[in-house]
Amino acid sequence: MLRKLANYLILVTLAASLSYFIAGLSLHPQANYEGRNPPLAKSTISKTLDDVNMNPDTPIVSRFATWANGVVHGDLGKSIDGSPVNDEVGRRIGVSTRLLLLATLIGSVGGVALGTIGAIKQYKFFDRFTTLASFFILAMPVFVLGLFLKLLTMKFLGAGTIHFTGETDAEFAGRWDFAALGNRAEHMLLPGLTLILLQVALYSRYQRSTMLDVLGSDFLRTARAKGLKRRAALVKHGLRTAILPVVPLLVFNIVLLFIGATFTEKTFGWHGMGELLINSITRNDVNTTSAVALFTAGLVLIAGLLSDLLYAALDPRVRVR
Amino acid sequence: MTGAAVPSQPADSTPRSKEGLRPVTDTRLDKSQPVLEVTDLEVSFPSEAGEVRAVRGVSYAVRPGEVLGIVGESGSGKSVSSMAVLGLLPDSAEVSGSVKLAGRELLGLSDNELSKIRGKDIGMVFQDPLSALTPVYSVGAQIVEALQIHQEMTKEQARTRAIELLDVVGIPDPRRRVDNFPHEFSGGMRQRAMIAMAIANDPKVIIADEPTTALDVTIQAQVLEVLKKAQDVTGAAIVMITHDLGVIAGFADRVQVMYAGKPVESGSVDEVYYHPRMPYTIGLLGSIPRLDNTERRALTPIEGTPPSMVELPKGCPFAARCPIAIDRCREVEPVLSVKEGNTHPTACHRSHELAGALDPATIYPVPEIPAAVELTSVPREQREKVLELDNLTKHFPLTQGAVIKRKVGVVKAVDGITLDIREGETLGLVGESGCGKTTTLLEILDLPSGQAGTVTVFGKDVRGLGRADRKALRRDMQIVFQDPMAALDARMPIGDILAEPLKTHNWDKDRIAARVPELLEMVGLNPDHADRYPQEFSGGQRQRISIARALALEPKLVILDEPVSALDVSIQAGVLNLLDELKVKLGLSYLFVAHDLSVVRHIADRIAVMYLGRIVELGDSASIFDAPSHPYTQALLSAVPLPDPRRERERTRILLTGDLPSPANVPSGCRFRNRCPKFLTLSEGEQQRCHDEDPANSRLAADHVAACHFATALEVI
Repeated sequence: MLRKLANYLILVTLAASLSYFIAGLSLHPQANYEGRNPPLAKSTISKTLDDVNMNPDTPIVSRFATWANGVVHGDLGKSIDGSPVNDEVGRRIGVSTRLLLLATLIGSVGGVALGTIGAIKQYKFFDRFTTLASFFILAMPVFVLGLFLKLLTMKFLGAGTIHFTGETDAEFAGRWDFAALGNRAEHMLLPGLTLILLQVALYSRYQRSTMLDVLGSDFLRTARAKGLKRRAALVKHGLRTAILPVVPLLVFNIVLLFIGATFTEKTFGWHGMGELLINSITRNDVNTTSAVALFTAGLVLIAGLLSDLLYAALDPRVRVR
Repeated sequence: MTGAAVPSQPADSTPRSKEGLRPVTDTRLDKSQPVLEVTDLEVSFPSEAGEVRAVRGVSYAVRPGEVLGIVGESGSGKSVSSMAVLGLLPDSAEVSGSVKLAGRELLGLSDNELSKIRGKDIGMVFQDPLSALTPVYSVGAQIVEALQIHQEMTKEQARTRAIELLDVVGIPDPRRRVDNFPHEFSGGMRQRAMIAMAIANDPKVIIADEPTTALDVTIQAQVLEVLKKAQDVTGAAIVMITHDLGVIAGFADRVQVMYAGKPVESGSVDEVYYHPRMPYTIGLLGSIPRLDNTERRALTPIEGTPPSMVELPKGCPFAARCPIAIDRCREVEPVLSVKEGNTHPTACHRSHELAGALDPATIYPVPEIPAAVELTSVPREQREKVLELDNLTKHFPLTQGAVIKRKVGVVKAVDGITLDIREGETLGLVGESGCGKTTTLLEILDLPSGQAGTVTVFGKDVRGLGRADRKALRRDMQIVFQDPMAALDARMPIGDILAEPLKTHNWDKDRIAARVPELLEMVGLNPDHADRYPQEFSGGQRQRISIARALALEPKLVILDEPVSALDVSIQAGVLNLLDELKVKLGLSYLFVAHDLSVVRHIADRIAVMYLGRIVELGDSASIFDAPSHPYTQALLSAVPLPDPRRERERTRILLTGDLPSPANVPSGCRFRNRCPKFLTLSEGEQQRCHDEDPANSRLAADHVAACHFATALEVI
């Protein structure tokens, strides 16, 4: 286990370093300042870029050394406008977490439940309906789904009935009192629903197929022959075994969603991590881009460890004695 | 239990029959009344092709303490009927008739009511113990679950009881083993655990569906012993479903033979085995190779295949395969009834004739197999060696660690094998699963140049051969695999499958075009079917295609890896006859690997018995079967059930204890000593010798060696 952790750490370091080099070499922060009217003096630009450690005149290796040194000490550097990346990332992780936590929980549980029921009622109406609906949702690009939901609510409930842009209405920004919570919930409704629908659609497909494999299995028949009732046998022996292959998929998807909810965040104006990645690239912000990459690599590490641990906890066959 | 030779029927070896039931400790049940009574059971499933009538009227009754055997080939409806008894068929199945448990009708009960009966009054043992236990729960937890469903018990009480049960079924160290998971159990132990679960709630009936089919013979003998003990403990009736006529002969009191969803013959084992009156039963008994049969004659296969259960032909379903079918058989389906001159019921219009004018022994035409005159007249020593292994060794390093691999041990899969095969002979290689048979084959086919030992093929040492020479050698050495479905590419027409080896060896188009139909004809298939795909053929036909493919390049040596073990017995006989015939016609030599000793006895001239990577006994067929001298060979042979009820009852089994040790951990000295029944009878000094000294081959006859310090012949069949 420790060896695995060490392996993961090496991988994270490699991934983060590589992405810094790629970002550092391909993004052109000076472009943000060039061609302005009135034009900025070359020395001023150079000075500004030096301040944020993004001056292309400094060799990439020494820029990397400065950045890496900062990262090791817990400082992700400054973003292109001079503000600390740490603050920005910290705030956005909070936003992403608030948006995703509930949605992924509901999405995962819902997906597993729907998939299981679909398998048990294979080719019945419920199964056919959920299969069709899942493929409908999966076939739609995320932003189309988001817009679709927006339009639906506006059409049937009237424009402005549900507020969905941003995390809160302006008046409640940063507030956590009772009224603000209600407003937050209202704002969460549509982006949350988008994410839930997507995840339910995806996970239910996997769960359905693993459950179908288990349904014909001999041990389920043994459980029934012991005298377990149908439902008890299906849950205790069937679902418990069928969920195993889905666990790594669930864990990776859930953890990486923190960075993968880009389009949902964009569509609904939530300023989360996914949005940050796009924004930082368009702004030629090397440090922020690298920070997002580091964050992603870290998530992969966590997902890997988590799925290993969870799998070992659930399946005695992989435990080493 | 520490490895003693245990007689198969402790204390009670009196013949069992309907009248003479053994004492049963349980007093709840009236022993004269059937505990399970099935009447006119019919099961059908809807399918795209139409209604599948899987079971078409099954009736039987079992009394407490009685064993009913249900025999039939795959698809005969024997398993479906037992699932119907338990109410475990899918909802789409339509079940009619009557199933009465101690007088109570089970058909039509709700799932909740049936759940109270399943596992309590009816215990169930399934075929494949690997997949029949839930992999994520410990064995103990699964037994505890079975107990707690039906009995008011605390967790501790149930656990204590589970440990007792594991002890009853002979799991060593049950206190520790109770917390093991199924994957930590061997196949035999898993089946014991299944039996423990089945008897946990003192059932009135135990239904065992092919309980020993996936197991080695030595383990099969152990498990049957446990089943018998389980029956003694619970006094239950057993319904034993199997395709193996040998298992039933020694185990059951009565037997019912099923064909195409219906019982076709039913009676006491003695009546059915000694006086079969239905041509199907007669055919089945004639088609199995027998361990106790010394004369080498062709088996009598039943031609054709069982009918489709969707559109059964009019009349008797067996008529198309029956050698004595008359017009009436094709018009009217016979009912199961006692015919004139018979003692037990059969479903055949001509049963009464079989009791009189017709001799059951001669109704099947015995196929002619030409004898190999030239070869047998030449003494063995003067024939050419086609394959010679000298101290063939294959060790795998056992490593640990993901990045930096450390060697922590050695798996001695093949640990020094020396044998030879001469022109025109068949060498049978037998041994339990895990003993290294397959590794040996793969090593031979690989033409190894590394590790210790040499492989010499047709007089050429394969070490130092170039690519072209190796390719040429491979042409002369071909293999037929066990599973004919998996070994043939489902996306290629069989003509292409047969042409492929020819193309690889650069035959020209015209020669290939001429060769393919010739090959199909040679294995008894219609050459016009060359453009069909493998799935359009039955299992037996597919194995014929595999054989044709192996023979395409006119090899001299064919390696047969369990070629008939996936086939039903009636089909198996035809394939074995074909192999016999081809061998003589084409002057082939076979290396025949099998776990079924009866099959090996039928086909092999010489036998090599393998144990844990080593040949422990080698010799001509007669020496090995009539005077087995290594204690392992003796145990192996004595574990094989004979399809002969009387002899089965009289035989004493040498039961081996435990399982095959891991080849990563081979015992010192003699590798068999920790399971050896003979070891226990030796003096301390002699035991020390087994402990310290790896036994060399001692020569017992001209062509008979055994690797045992104290080899003595013993008749066990």
